[in-house]
Parts: sequence; C-alpha cells; structure tokens
Amino acid sequence: MNSPALESFAIRTSELTRQFGSLTAVDHIGLNIPYGEIFGLLGANGAGKSTVIKMLTTLLSPTSGTAEVGGFDIIRSPADVRRRIGYVSQLVSADGTLTGYENLRLSAKLYGLPKAERGTRIADALDFMGLADSAHKLVRTYSGGMIRRLELAQAMLHRPAILFLDEPTIGLDPVARRTVWDRLLDLRRDYGMTVLITTHDMEEAEELSDKLAILHAGQISVVGEPAELRAGLGADATMDDVFVHYAGGLIHESGTFSEVAQTRRTAHRLG
Amino acid sequence: MERFIRESAAIVEVELIKLVRDPTEIISRAVQPLLWLLVFGQVLAQVRGIHTGQLSYLEFITPGILAQSVLFSAIFYGIAVIWERDLGVVHKLLVSPALRSSLVFGKAVAAGFRGLVQAVVIYLIAFIMHVSLSLDPLKIFAVLAAVMLGSGIFATFSLIIACIVKTRERFMGIGQLLTMPMFFASNAIYPLDIMPGWLRVIAQINPLTYLIDALRGLMITGGESVHGYLVDFGVMLVVFAALLFVAVKLYPTLAE
Repeated sequence: MNSPALESFAIRTSELTRQFGSLTAVDHIGLNIPYGEIFGLLGANGAGKSTVIKMLTTLLSPTSGTAEVGGFDIIRSPADVRRRIGYVSQLVSADGTLTGYENLRLSAKLYGLPKAERGTRIADALDFMGLADSAHKLVRTYSGGMIRRLELAQAMLHRPAILFLDEPTIGLDPVARRTVWDRLLDLRRDYGMTVLITTHDMEEAEELSDKLAILHAGQISVVGEPAELRAGLGADATMDDVFVHYAGGLIHESGTFSEVAQTRRTAHRLG
Repeated sequence: MERFIRESAAIVEVELIKLVRDPTEIISRAVQPLLWLLVFGQVLAQVRGIHTGQLSYLEFITPGILAQSVLFSAIFYGIAVIWERDLGVVHKLLVSPALRSSLVFGKAVAAGFRGLVQAVVIYLIAFIMHVSLSLDPLKIFAVLAAVMLGSGIFATFSLIIACIVKTRERFMGIGQLLTMPMFFASNAIYPLDIMPGWLRVIAQINPLTYLIDALRGLMITGGESVHGYLVDFGVMLVVFAALLFVAVKLYPTLAE
C-alpha cells in the first residue's frame, strides 16, 4: 500500500506509455483522479482511450511509465487492483445465452462474494438497475439499455471503489442512454464510486463528468471541468467546439476500419 | 485451493447451463461417429485387410471413434473462446480477480463434460451394433476419466491456438489442418505396428494415441492397452499439465 497522501487519488498515472510496434498509442500520460470523481476521457477513435482503460484495468501492460489504481500498482499488484475495480467494456460482455441472474451469479463467484451474501447482493443489484422483473429471462431477449444496466450491475456487484466504463452508452437510444446516466449518478451518490468513463458523446461528457481530459494521438491535449473548457473557447462555445479544438478533428472523420467495425457491431448488438 | 476450485466450478457451471440449454452442437456432433461406426467400420470389417488381433475391426475402431469424437468436439473449443473474445466476455473474466488458472482449467473441465456426452452416445451406438463392451463399473469410470482428460487436453490445445491466431477465420483453417493429421497419425483406425516407421514416430508423440490405447483396453471386452494404463494416463496428465501452463500464460493476451 502507498502512503495516505497518495491514496487520496483513486487513479494516478505517471508517464504512462503503450506502444504497439512503431505506433505509440498512449504517450506519456499523467492523470490524477481523486476518489468520488466522475472523470471523462474523450478523444477520437484511435486516440488511445481504450488503451488507457485496458492498462488501468490490468488487461494490457504498459510499455513504460507507472499507474496506481485504488492505491495499488497495476504491474506489481494486478490482483489487488482487480479486486477494487469494476469494468464495463465497450463490447457487449453480458452473456446472451445466460439469464441476467446467471450472469450476476457468475460475477459474484468470480469476485469471491461470500455465499451467504450472494443472493442479497444480486437482488440489490438487480433492483438498483431496474432489472428485478427480468432477472430470469435470457439476456439475448433484453433491450440494449437493459443489457448495459445488467453490465453495470455486474460491475458494481462487489462494490468496487472505482468503475471503468468504456463508451457505455454507444448504440443506445436516448431514453436508454438517459437511464444509464441516471444509474451512474445514483452509483456515485449511493456508493461514492469513482468513475472513469470514455465517450464520444459530448452531451454525455458534459452531463456526467466532474472533470474531463481530451486525448489526441495518445497525449492529453487538455484537462478541466466541462464549463471551464467551454469558457476557454468563448462565451458561445459548445462541447463539440471543445472537442474539435482539442481532439484534432471531427469525430466522424476518425477511426480505423476495425474500430468502426467494432463500434457498429456493438451498436447492432444493443439494437 | 478452495478458491481455485470455486472459481473453476463457476466456469464449469456456466458452460454446463449453456450445454443443457442448447444441445444442438452435441447432437450434430453425434452424427459423425454414427457414420464412422455404421459405414466405415462395417465396410472395413468385411474387407478383413487390417490385422487387429483378437478384436473384430468394429471393436478395434470403437474406442478410436470415441477418441476422434472427443478430439473433434474439443479442438473447435477455441472458436467459442474467440467468439467470447469478440463479444467482450473474455475481458470481463480477465478483469475479475479470478485466478487465470481457474478460468483456463474451468474451460478444460467443461470441455470434459462435453466429451462425456460423446462417450454416452458412442456407448449407445456400439451397444446397438453388438460391440462387445466391458460393463465393469471400474472400467467405465476409467473410460469417463480418460475421456475427460482427453477433452481437457484438446480443448486446452485449442485454446492455445485461439490465443495465438485470435480470429475465427484463421482458427478454422488451422483447426482443420490439425485434426485430420492428428486422427490419421494415431492408432484410431489401424494398429501402430502396420504404420510406416516415420508415421509410427509421429503417432508415439501424439496424445490421441495414448487416449485411444487406454480406451481400447478399458472399453472393449478382451481389449488391452499396448502401453499400459500407467503410461497412457501418465502421458496424458503430463501433456495436460504442460498445455495448461502455456494456456494460463497466453489466455490474458486475448484481451489485449
């Protein structure tokens, strides 16, 4: 464990870098995210958002630099990091061939929740996400919004200190998206969770984030509160203006073939 | 250890639920052994061109067809893993604090249960075809253990390939490339001693050979293991342990 001063940050990175061959996907990133904050990570496709999340969730090793999550080093203590985090992938990770309840029971067992508590925790999570009535239906019959809420329920089941959400509302209709936002805000209010969220949606970024960073070509272009960033570009500036200014281009012009294909697959699966 | 068992059991439970809920794959895979025994086995039995000792040709190939069935259903397990990777299920598992060894071992045991279904199907077909099956409970138990071990070996091998190739298209090509040579370079449909020397060498390092050898001694009345059960199970256990070790190292790369 680190000293109490350092532990005041839920996520702390220094010079965090990841290279894939000659490509530097994440380039010497430094982030300090306090506990209880909802932090937005924005950027065009290929800017390095998902790579940052993969490193912080221990799915990918950094090439250089350091990162601590929940007070633990991601390289030296990955198991301690995993116990303290929840993760909702950009992909649709709920198993469609299982019921919502079965998906949650698997998570409960893998996270080592005591047998006596499992039932209550699962019921609470289903209730919290408004899925109690659909608990025993196959997930492949769920709507996109329900699937995302189930994935949030899985991610919060073990009451993690920090939640990582990689484009959680991609492919959702406005009503479903709003419901996911509400549940996220509830999670922060009720459990004090720190949330790191990546998104392309400027409205989402502004609505949810206490603070956000915009990534461009693997580097942080700017960090600040949404209102502060808008004000920095002029009285009438919108979040879209902020994005275009700092992310190096329009959203719809960016992204590789595989990234676009993956995004469309996810959107398609969520209906 | 308790944690390893609990986490592996959680993976097995989920796989079994899926298997029970949608047995299509298992049913469709039962067709192939039926054809091998009913057509190939019966025709070759008429030819009497292959010396199979005191066993009839049908008795000789029945354990081979069970092993083939185990191989074919387990070797494509990697496809399911790649599918899970594409869906994001692998990412979810790997972000959990579960031991990587539990996740991989759980998958292997689940494949073993799929193999058991194949065993039941082939016992039924063989029984109907009057193959002289040994009904000694201890031997049947040993057959089930061998089938589970064999399924675990080939499913873990398949998982390793999936971790290396990472796409379904590449996997399909490699899967096809591996299964038939593994089958023909074994003692499934002809004895080792009629093979040319080079093929016998390959057959001796092929784990399928040891699975078939054990099954032949255990399943069939009057059948015997050429290598001895200790060697058969010993080789399979060592191969399984080595493959598990490699798979545990490679499995996390699926989420990168």
